[in-house]
Amino acid sequence: MEQQLTYPNENVISIRGLKKYFGENKVLDGFDLDLGKKENLVVLGRSGSGKSVLIKCIIGLLAPDSGQIEVFGKDILSLDHQALDEMRIRIGFLFQSNALYDSMTVRENLEFPMRRHSIDLNEEDARQRIEEVLDNVGLSHTIDMMPSELSGGMMKRIALARTMILKPDIILYDEPTAGLDPVTGKEIITLIMDIRQKYNTAAIIISHDMKCVKATADKIILLQNGKNYKEGNYASFIGSDDPYVQQFFE
Amino acid sequence: MQLPKSSKQFFSEAGAISRFTAWFFHEAFRPRYEWKEFGRQCYEIGYKSLPLIALTGFIMGLVLTMQLRPSMLEYGVEAKLPDIVSLSVVREIGPVITALIFAGKVGSGIGAELGSMKVTEQIDAMEVSGTNPYKYLVVTRVAATTLMLPVLVVLSDAISLYGGYLGVNIKAVTSWDLYMTQVYNTLQFSDVLPAIIKTFLFGFAVGMVGCYKGYHSKKGTEGVGRSANSAVVLSSVIIFIIDLIVVQVTDIFGFN
Ligand SMILES: Nc1ncnc2c1ncn2[C@@H]1O[C@H](COP(=O)(O)OP(=O)(O)OP(=O)(O)O)[C@@H](O)[C@H]1O
Ligand SMILES: [Mg+2]
Repeated sequence: MEQQLTYPNENVISIRGLKKYFGENKVLDGFDLDLGKKENLVVLGRSGSGKSVLIKCIIGLLAPDSGQIEVFGKDILSLDHQALDEMRIRIGFLFQSNALYDSMTVRENLEFPMRRHSIDLNEEDARQRIEEVLDNVGLSHTIDMMPSELSGGMMKRIALARTMILKPDIILYDEPTAGLDPVTGKEIITLIMDIRQKYNTAAIIISHDMKCVKATADKIILLQNGKNYKEGNYASFIGSDDPYVQQFFE
Repeated sequence: MQLPKSSKQFFSEAGAISRFTAWFFHEAFRPRYEWKEFGRQCYEIGYKSLPLIALTGFIMGLVLTMQLRPSMLEYGVEAKLPDIVSLSVVREIGPVITALIFAGKVGSGIGAELGSMKVTEQIDAMEVSGTNPYKYLVVTRVAATTLMLPVLVVLSDAISLYGGYLGVNIKAVTSWDLYMTQVYNTLQFSDVLPAIIKTFLFGFAVGMVGCYKGYHSKKGTEGVGRSANSAVVLSSVIIFIIDLIVVQVTDIFGFN
């Protein structure tokens, strides 16, 4: 059945009725989402509620059981391998566990997406980009270090640099401030806001760090039992008298 | 009829490993080919195992000779010591012991490395960076173990034979030339060929099991440790099973 979707103000991501079950475990069960241009959308939810599964479906790492995912107006599920790879150039993904390749130096980590994707970049441009993103995150001196030599906060920033290196139009952040001290967390939040300023990216930010949510969210979706439990801006969430919503803000 | 839970688990695991292996033949022979990573793995897996394999091979030949001498003396066939040592080293002990040590060193390394890449989402990160992780990680490693183990076994055999020569010379005197003439006269093509062929199979099994266990690692450091551990256990068992099958097959074809 072909279902025509409408795109109010040209959403870059549009999800309808997304379902993903792992056996009996109904992780996503009819989830909807719209991400507008340059918008920062926070997805809130308890641990294990399926937030990581959601963004892994968006980038095609997990195949949903049913539902529609459109990115830049293209149905991600119908893309062939090559088209999916091209799409992935435009979507940055910051992994919850950073996913820095620990057998490679920082430089090789940053080179990896550029070398592997079929994009035309000569050596000089590639080198400049590496310097630029490292400079953005303030870690130029780590270029020849191994990930094991970096602190948690530094690793997060390098991961962020790698996410930015292909200048994506959308970035998916999986708990960018989790496990960091408040000061480092604040630095990451500042970086996220800088990236949006500089590159005009739209972003889905998964977080339960209220400082991060407050600073970054244009819109919030609360994910519960695989469905949209509540949607709105920060003010409507903090002012909510729903006890379940309030728990997140205590 | 209801299968007991453990046997159900066994069969579903066996099925999963078979599918994982079948995927190797699907991916290995079509582009893109990851030559650079393959070369790196050959270096890591082959070259870096050399000292260990050389040491154990040497001790194996020496000890085997020393252990066999009393019995050989008893039967009055001490002069046949080089024959029996070379036959047992080349046909059985060299390939199997080397493969087991290889499983312990390389199989566990692959299991742990891919396991930690899995749980820290590095495999996912590769996939979103325009890379087929199965090709990049699994095909290169399995190809490297399959090609490197036979080379290591040949080297280990040679060093073992040298150890055997020293072993003979501890209590008797023989020249290197005489020893080697005796070895060459004993060893037939039909002794060497099946022994070499099975090392390819051993190498393939070690690589495949290590990759499978790593690729399906459970979350957490405990999961990674368990992957490494079960990679060694399972590939060691498979080495013996392959050995058993190869013996039967060569027997049928009259290579004995
Ligand atoms: N590959 C998988 N196979 C089976 N179950 C899975 C898989 N991936 C996730 N799950 C299950 O899906 C549920 C949601 O997982 P997910 O990682 O999305 O949670 P999350 O909302 O990101 O939680 P957290 O805040 O802890 O990261 C969990 O119950 C998890 O066990
Ligand atoms: Mg998560």
